[in-house]
Amino acid sequence: MADRERITIAVLGLGGQGGGVLADWIVQLGERGGHATQGTSVPGVAQRTGATIYYIEMIPAGGAAPPVLALTPVPGDVDIVLASELMEAGRAILRGFVTKRTELIGSTHRVYAIAEKSAMGDGRAGAERIVAAAGERSKRFIGFDMDAVAERTGSVISSVLFGALAGSGALPFPRIAFEDAIRAGGKAVEANLRGFAAGFDAAQGKPEPQDEDVRTIIPTTDAGRALAARIEADLPCEARLLALEGVRRLMDYQDAAYARLYLDRLDSLGSNAELIAEAARHLALWMSYEDTIRVADLKVRASRFARVRGEVRAKDDQIVQLTEYMHPRLEEVCETLPAGIGGRLLASKRWSRRLAPLFARGRHVETTSLRWFLALSLLAGWRRWRRGTLRYQVEQARIEDWLSLIRASDTDAAIELVRCQRLIKGYAETFERGLGNYARIVERYRAGGLDAAGLRRLREAALADEEGAALGAALAS
Amino acid sequence: MAERSFKAEVEQLRLGDGEAFHGEGILAVTKALLQAGVAYVGGYQGSPISHLMDVFADASELMGELGVHFESSASEATAAAMLAASVNYPLRGAVAWKSVVGTNVASDALSNVASGGVTGGALIILGEDYGEGSSIMQERTHAFAMKSQMWLLDPRPSLPVIVDMVEKGFELSEASNTPVMLELRVRACHVTGSFVARDNRRPALTVAEAAEAPVRDPDRIVLPPANFLHEIEKIEQRWPAAIRFVQEHGLNEHFGPEADEIGIIVQGGLFNSLNRALELLDLSDAYGNAAIPIHVLNVTYPLIPDEIRDFCAGKRAVLVIEEGQPEFIEHELNTLVRRAGLATRIVGKEILPRAGEYGGAVIRDGVAQFLRAHAPERAPAEAPVAAGPALLPSAVPQRPAGFCTGCPERPIFSAMKLVQKELGAFHVSADIGCHLFSILPPFHIGNTTMGYGLGTAGASAFRPRDRRAIAIMGDGGFWHNGLTSGIGNAVFNQDDNLTIIVDNGYSAATGGQDILSSRARPPGRKTNNPIEKAVRGIGIGWARTMTRTYDVAGMRDAIRAALTSEEKGPKVLVAQSECQLNRQRRLKPQVAKAMKAGERVVRERFGVDPDTCTGDHSCIRLSGCPSLTIRPNPDPLRQDPIAHVENSCVGCGVCGEVSHAAVLCPSFYKARIIANPDRRDRFRQRLRGWAIGTLQRRAARAIAARSF
Repeated sequence: MADRERITIAVLGLGGQGGGVLADWIVQLGERGGHATQGTSVPGVAQRTGATIYYIEMIPAGGAAPPVLALTPVPGDVDIVLASELMEAGRAILRGFVTKRTELIGSTHRVYAIAEKSAMGDGRAGAERIVAAAGERSKRFIGFDMDAVAERTGSVISSVLFGALAGSGALPFPRIAFEDAIRAGGKAVEANLRGFAAGFDAAQGKPEPQDEDVRTIIPTTDAGRALAARIEADLPCEARLLALEGVRRLMDYQDAAYARLYLDRLDSLGSNAELIAEAARHLALWMSYEDTIRVADLKVRASRFARVRGEVRAKDDQIVQLTEYMHPRLEEVCETLPAGIGGRLLASKRWSRRLAPLFARGRHVETTSLRWFLALSLLAGWRRWRRGTLRYQVEQARIEDWLSLIRASDTDAAIELVRCQRLIKGYAETFERGLGNYARIVERYRAGGLDAAGLRRLREAALADEEGAALGAALAS
Repeated sequence: MAERSFKAEVEQLRLGDGEAFHGEGILAVTKALLQAGVAYVGGYQGSPISHLMDVFADASELMGELGVHFESSASEATAAAMLAASVNYPLRGAVAWKSVVGTNVASDALSNVASGGVTGGALIILGEDYGEGSSIMQERTHAFAMKSQMWLLDPRPSLPVIVDMVEKGFELSEASNTPVMLELRVRACHVTGSFVARDNRRPALTVAEAAEAPVRDPDRIVLPPANFLHEIEKIEQRWPAAIRFVQEHGLNEHFGPEADEIGIIVQGGLFNSLNRALELLDLSDAYGNAAIPIHVLNVTYPLIPDEIRDFCAGKRAVLVIEEGQPEFIEHELNTLVRRAGLATRIVGKEILPRAGEYGGAVIRDGVAQFLRAHAPERAPAEAPVAAGPALLPSAVPQRPAGFCTGCPERPIFSAMKLVQKELGAFHVSADIGCHLFSILPPFHIGNTTMGYGLGTAGASAFRPRDRRAIAIMGDGGFWHNGLTSGIGNAVFNQDDNLTIIVDNGYSAATGGQDILSSRARPPGRKTNNPIEKAVRGIGIGWARTMTRTYDVAGMRDAIRAALTSEEKGPKVLVAQSECQLNRQRRLKPQVAKAMKAGERVVRERFGVDPDTCTGDHSCIRLSGCPSLTIRPNPDPLRQDPIAHVENSCVGCGVCGEVSHAAVLCPSFYKARIIANPDRRDRFRQRLRGWAIGTLQRRAARAIAARSF
């Protein structure tokens, strides 16, 4: 059935993305364009965040009899697929809707599915495979980040997608007919037309305004320049960029002396480029462990206030007040105290019992109020005495222990040991869980008989589930 | 008030003779009812029929003008029982619900009304929730039609045909004194199209007039000896009358050539898919000019023996395209063909799939296989083996449905997850409603679901020693039947379990219709009847109402208290916060108006500080909010994606409360954005801004001095 007058269009989207509005526009467009047009949907399914399909068929009006139009797309028989998200384009391919007769028009941005979001590490599905298949399988793939275009034009994805459909030339209607369909809808017409125009241009290959993202790290202080010179002189070139990041981070975190300690530690690990590069990353992360001082420091910065204003899209004349959800437990409080006092308090059952209730509740910290701002600023200023805190001593001991284990291992195992730092993240119980998993793996390694592959397997198992079931099974096997 | 308003579309219901009506299938059905002079309408919402109920509700003014009585029934059983009004009086009545689940609930009343028979036309409009997009068990309404002997219409999904079948359905019902079911598949309910309207008709007799002149006939009541009489009436009078009517009015249709050696019999609702399949095989065109004779069953029960005989006579083989199982029509066709003494081979599920929806591709393959066996010269060439899959299914992540952004039910399950972390796992008897999404990631809570409002009943076998079972029930299910079937039963049998009743102010999963405990005050309805009062009235001693589910720690403590209380007996925890979808729909226009008028408006939303988030995603595992997502880590050293709150956030506060209750992380912040601040706001802001700004500038200098 190569030649036919009928046009079939499937719209794949997520609940709440405006797929219904888009389908209505297309039905309007067809009817006004002299086509008998039929649309269907399954509204219940979009409930609530699930994937859904709208399906439209049109055929020039004036046939001998009323046309018989189908209510569901048939694989291999779809002329145009509109997908409002990359994985929905993937779903269209998977279901056989995309063939060599199909114009595939889709957004390449991602709305992550729950399984991708809730992974303990990085659970994101690969986008490249979908983009490649979209190009291979379709007659033509028009794909770009419509979410970004919608954001930039203050519009919504459905109008960008409608614009891209018009720009693709896949339907026998002029641009003005599309715009009329939007006007006939009568809602947010201006914004929708802006999104439409941008989508139209993008589909016709007009270049997008691009933000140049060039990352350069140029030292601004004498101390910085000295450390940069040292990195240049001492470290293999694969590790330099990461080490520069590490130094920058640790100077911000503590001071130049602390950054020098970082480089000293890197130097102690030998000369294997891959090992040093990995260690440059993970040592910097471990040395900049998130204590209460660091959190307070980051929360009160002017740069953070500005970032939040942008993120919540506050206009200039609007006031933004910030409340943090903090839950310092007795442990965190004691760890911020001088090691002697903090250690004794934590060790003493009597004191712990007496003090713990004071820190059993979460606190709503209103950072933009004077009282809390001063309190957090004082805590941030405690940085000067960080080296005396209990937490500092504990963490440095852990780091030294980790480094000595790395130094004692063969290169492959050493690299995997370095990467185990990834397990240690978060705060409070999350932190303890990660540290516990790390400790179990290291303990198992110390017991002997575990090579690099074994270490990697255990690390992956530790990220498989929260309860530690996979790690337990992997350790037992 | 329902999720979707049809106020604008409803205007089309006023169209008169000869005017063109454009719209959805559901709206067309409503118009057809008014054209048919319906006297009363009832029903219970549920996909795909929800919008029909919403259209009725939005059209109540027009129906009032016409003297038509409409009510949102308490349950499908209530709606079915309403048809009693057509037993003694020539009143046309229509009721609607989601099938088969609604038909299950209604079947007591349906059996009774089908047994006694009707005088006025009784039409039951069923949204057949089968196949893609369905949320229920895959069963057929056909079985109900057969067992109670009610006629089943399955019209071709074309608006003029659907509208015509509504009218004919009433006539058929009256001609055969039998209730008639009109089945609409999911997509037919929402298909757009047009038809030529006719004037609306006032009912010849209104329900008020009927009540003023009561008529009684004990022979219509199901009690011996009338019940035996009814069975005989069904066979000797009503069945033949129905057959006669269907035949005389030509309700079933014929497409394609008259004579052929093969043919196809198809359920009306599947005709468009069949035609597309034939088109793809070069055996039809876009206008239904098929090259093979097709008998379209717009009436799928009963079958008309003469029509079947005439169609099958002279044919070697006939393909029957019948969706769902068991294949009742195929069985019946075999009987009819045999009785007619024909040798025609009836081919059905031996080549078509025994289960699942019959879309175009399935039918295309089935027809091709049929032709290869019975008319090889007309069969398409064997399709070339399709190229290997471009993608493996695992490459595309599944998108299970989940709670909406800011849903008040989410924190209930976050709290339950925290309780389970403390006390270990519990048996959870789930219910029907949005709250059933708890069984999916990230919550994984819920063991069984036995039906609407049956959460508590589903836990009734559990007699705890020291570990109580938990039942979930929605407010919709509670008023539908849960108050008696669950709570009353638990009181009477002295259960010791906990029931959590999700009180979000609406029948939310079906589209946000009002119910007895709704806080809204819609005209013509009595709402604001508290659930706690109802359960106390029925004898519950331990009952608590939490008025803010977003208080995760409070919810956790309340659930823990109920599960560990020394007190014996059934416990009820009413978890109360407004459905966010409906709340936003209610608030958005108000906020926009206030903003426009320059009034002070406070908006709240949440955010995550990217430099303190370490990318463990514990927060997501306890929430699953669509607006709480992940994004690439902006930190060049960190690799795992970080949590991120999108602008769709409605500021419900669960992220923050969860991170407090579970002691997660300090990365969440709440931003209060004050638009059009008043003088006090501005004064305070100037003061704070000056002091904080001074300190920040000093700190920034210090940071710059020690920076790289």
